[in-house]
Amino acid sequence: MAQAYSAGLTVTDNIVLRKDRILPLKGEVLVKKGDRVKANDVVAQTSLPGNVVPFKVANKLGVPAEMLGNFLKIKVGDEIKKGQVIAETKGLFGTGWFKTAVKSPIDGEVESISAATGNAVLREPRIPVQIKAFIDGIVTEVIKDEGVVVENRSAYIQGIFGLAGETTGQIKMLAKSPVDHLDPALITPDCKGKIIVAGALCSLEAIKKAAEVGVNAIISGGVDDEDLKKLLGYDIGVAITGHEKIGVTLVITEGFGPITMAKNTFDLLKRFEGQQASVHGFTQIRAGVMRPEVIIPLPLGEGEQLVAEEAKMSSLEIGSLIRVIRQPNFGEIGRITELPEILTKVESETMVRVLKVKLNNGKEVLTPRANVEVIAE
Amino acid sequence: MQYEKKKLTRIIATDCGSTTTKAILIEFVDGEYRQTVRGEAPTTVEAPLNDVTRGVLNAVQELEELARLKYNNPNITLIQDAKLVIPRNGDIGSDAYVSTSSAGGGLQMMVTGVVAKMTGESAERAALGAGAIVMDLIASNDQRLDHEKIERIRHLRPDMILMAGHTDNATSNKHVIEMAELVGAADPKPRLGSSYKLPVIYAGTIKAREDIERTLGNKVGLMITENLRPTLERENLGPARDEIHNIFMEHVMQQAPGYNKLMAWTVGPDLKPVPIMPTPAAVGNIMQTIAKQENIEVLGVDIGGATTDVFSVFTDEHIFNRTVSANLGMSYSISNILASAGLDNILRWVPFDIDVKELRNMIKNKMIRPTTIPALFKELVLEQAIAKEALRLAFVQHKEFAVSLKGTQKSSDIAEAFSQSESGDTIVNMLTLDLMVGSGGVLSHAPRRHQTMMMMIDAFLPEGVTKIAVDSIFMMPHLGVLASINEEIATEVFNKDCMVYIGSCVAPVGKIKEGKIALEARIELPDGTVFEEKIPFGELRLIPCPAGSFGKATLKPGRGLDLGAGKNQEITANLIGGGVGIVLDTRGRRPFVIPVEAAERVPRLIKWMKELKAYPQELLN
Repeated sequence: MAQAYSAGLTVTDNIVLRKDRILPLKGEVLVKKGDRVKANDVVAQTSLPGNVVPFKVANKLGVPAEMLGNFLKIKVGDEIKKGQVIAETKGLFGTGWFKTAVKSPIDGEVESISAATGNAVLREPRIPVQIKAFIDGIVTEVIKDEGVVVENRSAYIQGIFGLAGETTGQIKMLAKSPVDHLDPALITPDCKGKIIVAGALCSLEAIKKAAEVGVNAIISGGVDDEDLKKLLGYDIGVAITGHEKIGVTLVITEGFGPITMAKNTFDLLKRFEGQQASVHGFTQIRAGVMRPEVIIPLPLGEGEQLVAEEAKMSSLEIGSLIRVIRQPNFGEIGRITELPEILTKVESETMVRVLKVKLNNGKEVLTPRANVEVIAE
Repeated sequence: MQYEKKKLTRIIATDCGSTTTKAILIEFVDGEYRQTVRGEAPTTVEAPLNDVTRGVLNAVQELEELARLKYNNPNITLIQDAKLVIPRNGDIGSDAYVSTSSAGGGLQMMVTGVVAKMTGESAERAALGAGAIVMDLIASNDQRLDHEKIERIRHLRPDMILMAGHTDNATSNKHVIEMAELVGAADPKPRLGSSYKLPVIYAGTIKAREDIERTLGNKVGLMITENLRPTLERENLGPARDEIHNIFMEHVMQQAPGYNKLMAWTVGPDLKPVPIMPTPAAVGNIMQTIAKQENIEVLGVDIGGATTDVFSVFTDEHIFNRTVSANLGMSYSISNILASAGLDNILRWVPFDIDVKELRNMIKNKMIRPTTIPALFKELVLEQAIAKEALRLAFVQHKEFAVSLKGTQKSSDIAEAFSQSESGDTIVNMLTLDLMVGSGGVLSHAPRRHQTMMMMIDAFLPEGVTKIAVDSIFMMPHLGVLASINEEIATEVFNKDCMVYIGSCVAPVGKIKEGKIALEARIELPDGTVFEEKIPFGELRLIPCPAGSFGKATLKPGRGLDLGAGKNQEITANLIGGGVGIVLDTRGRRPFVIPVEAAERVPRLIKWMKELKAYPQELLN
């Protein structure tokens, strides 16, 4: 077994991406095939019926339900404004004195009026729902009445775990090196609306500070699970995330605990500092895995064709760059020097296939093959 | 379909688990069928591969390489052009390929109700009772706008939706129909986008069934079952819970990216398809066969990466029960064990101090990188502590399901209507149980069988006299599906290579004071020696007794304790030996208590682990 399949996350400075942008309900697509769009452009929209407000008109007017019709100033289908008189009595002996008037509590329209109950059903104005492009790119497909497919060429980082949903912003490096722990004091008001990059760890304090300042997203090598529990108020049982309301999106690139951010990830972010990126924390770790993403769109040449490369299986080979993903040496990076075939007993007495790796710290160690991942170069 | 034995001289069988794909080769060698080599590879259900057959090829490639080494024959070939070669022609190919699958992993559901605190919560309880994770509860009155609810359904990609709403005597069924319209508008698709429609179970008012059928019938895989809240005061969770459980086991858990492709690969020697079996169905068949062959009561468990499946055959009528705890497992679901069991329950099995922050991070790292294995002693101990809790919780769930009457209804007054739970009398009786069988990675591949014995005793707390066996290298699923093409071969390999007795456990039931005699044991061992001891309460003893032999025992429980024949009653028994031996466990049952204080607990754990030879003695000091 000179080589073997190994899991690994994608980190690359050039990839063709495709994103479906679909409305929750049928509506109107605002762009056409071939259009170039920006991440924050609205590509499709629809509107939903407004909320219904039951309103006891006869009761408020002090008249029997069956007589309400005599006093109404509106009919079904009418548009109404908040404060507009919708029913009114004629006053004492029809003189207009001591009139009682009922005003609309909302802007909207009249849905129905019941002669049986004396109630009106009012409906608030329609609610617009919009879908943005999320990434800068080209509309390559229009799905009629539903949405579009946007494609682009990007620098791309797949995170291992994330929290909260889609956002965009400029990349700002707060860490000087991938081993840094994010100092909350560095998160100043100029970070507002930005995507900030930590090194090996971002603490609960840093996450809270970022949310307070209005940072859009944090990209960090690691985070402590204990901090996440405090942040969310519950233990994450199964990793299905992305809908948390925590005020800031979080993308973790390496794992839990303080873990040095992989150098190629850190360098890539540094290279694109100041550029606009699209980020989300959606994670589903189960069959059909979803991982958080950092997408940095690259400029497209006029008429350039976007051709996605075929998916490749990363494999363990002599010389492959790998990261150790479990203790001992968790987080260390090195190159494979040997792939012995025989099963080897490790400290836990488990008999496993191992590999020999020369770590960046100079040590050469044996480690189970299952406990490393290949870093694409 | 059954094939003749002579047509099956080399068979490849795989189990595509949520985390690992395990392949075995079964061959006719020297006049008998044996399991000869074994390979495994990560299950490939993540981009960029997203195709379960890649994991199969990787695992079979390992089989091929190991077979070449074993027979010193470089010509043995199982794969050509990225496909399995069937039928066999000399060194090339195999006669059949069969597979089980549980690659889809755990069960994550959404539930809907009309009033969140009433039908919504009942639906949530039914889903939780079936072992599901409830990703969200959507109710007519939950303040969210319709499009937000629709977006939520689409984004979360549930495996199944349970709909409840209105009592059977409600005057209106408008809201539940509106909810169905909303589910219809979301047009939910199975997350792995394969050959079936997303299962939606309707368990709301009977009056809306036709409307629901009309609204959703063509869009989803609609199943209609009894109303889980027939009246305001009565909850009827059983039918909905059982429906969820069955659909998950039979349809959802085996699905994975590339599943359709895999279905085309599993064929017999005539290239006719052999259906892929869900892993728990295959293991369940094996457990039932054991119980029937030996005419005994059996409790079996298969602990995987995403789920833990428990099987039992109890009572004279041999009632079989099978449960899948959909979110208790050692990789994808490991963090859910922590969330469900709590940190203290895990730490009570750990014989050393550990920084809680470190432990939490370790668990989460296993969750996000599920294929890693514990290389360090401390990490092994921690994983096995977590496994004990997964097994314990799965067993609790199993006992709740394994009741004499299914679908027990519970009535209560209106004050209790908000806090109901299902009840029933379990038929699981540990005192009459004859045999426990353990399977799954953490049990089959524990570095020492002693650890397997320890995990099974600590998790299931067997009572009286119980035989304990293990699936040698994890091949019960493979043999379960192999039986569908030839029962004889499956039985032969099962008896020769699969089930291994590791020993027996003797445990008096009850609790007495520390230091009092809990068990007087006299055991005549096959080598002629006699073990004789009055064992105080709170101890463990391990008496070696080789596989295939028995210890003839006279066992007298301490005052007030019971070994199955009644309190204080002496019994005689032939205690089966095995790779571990005979364990005498006087730590008490009903209750079984571990001291809370670390200062008291840790020395005791170390003493028990040393006695059981569970870990290297020097590492426990």
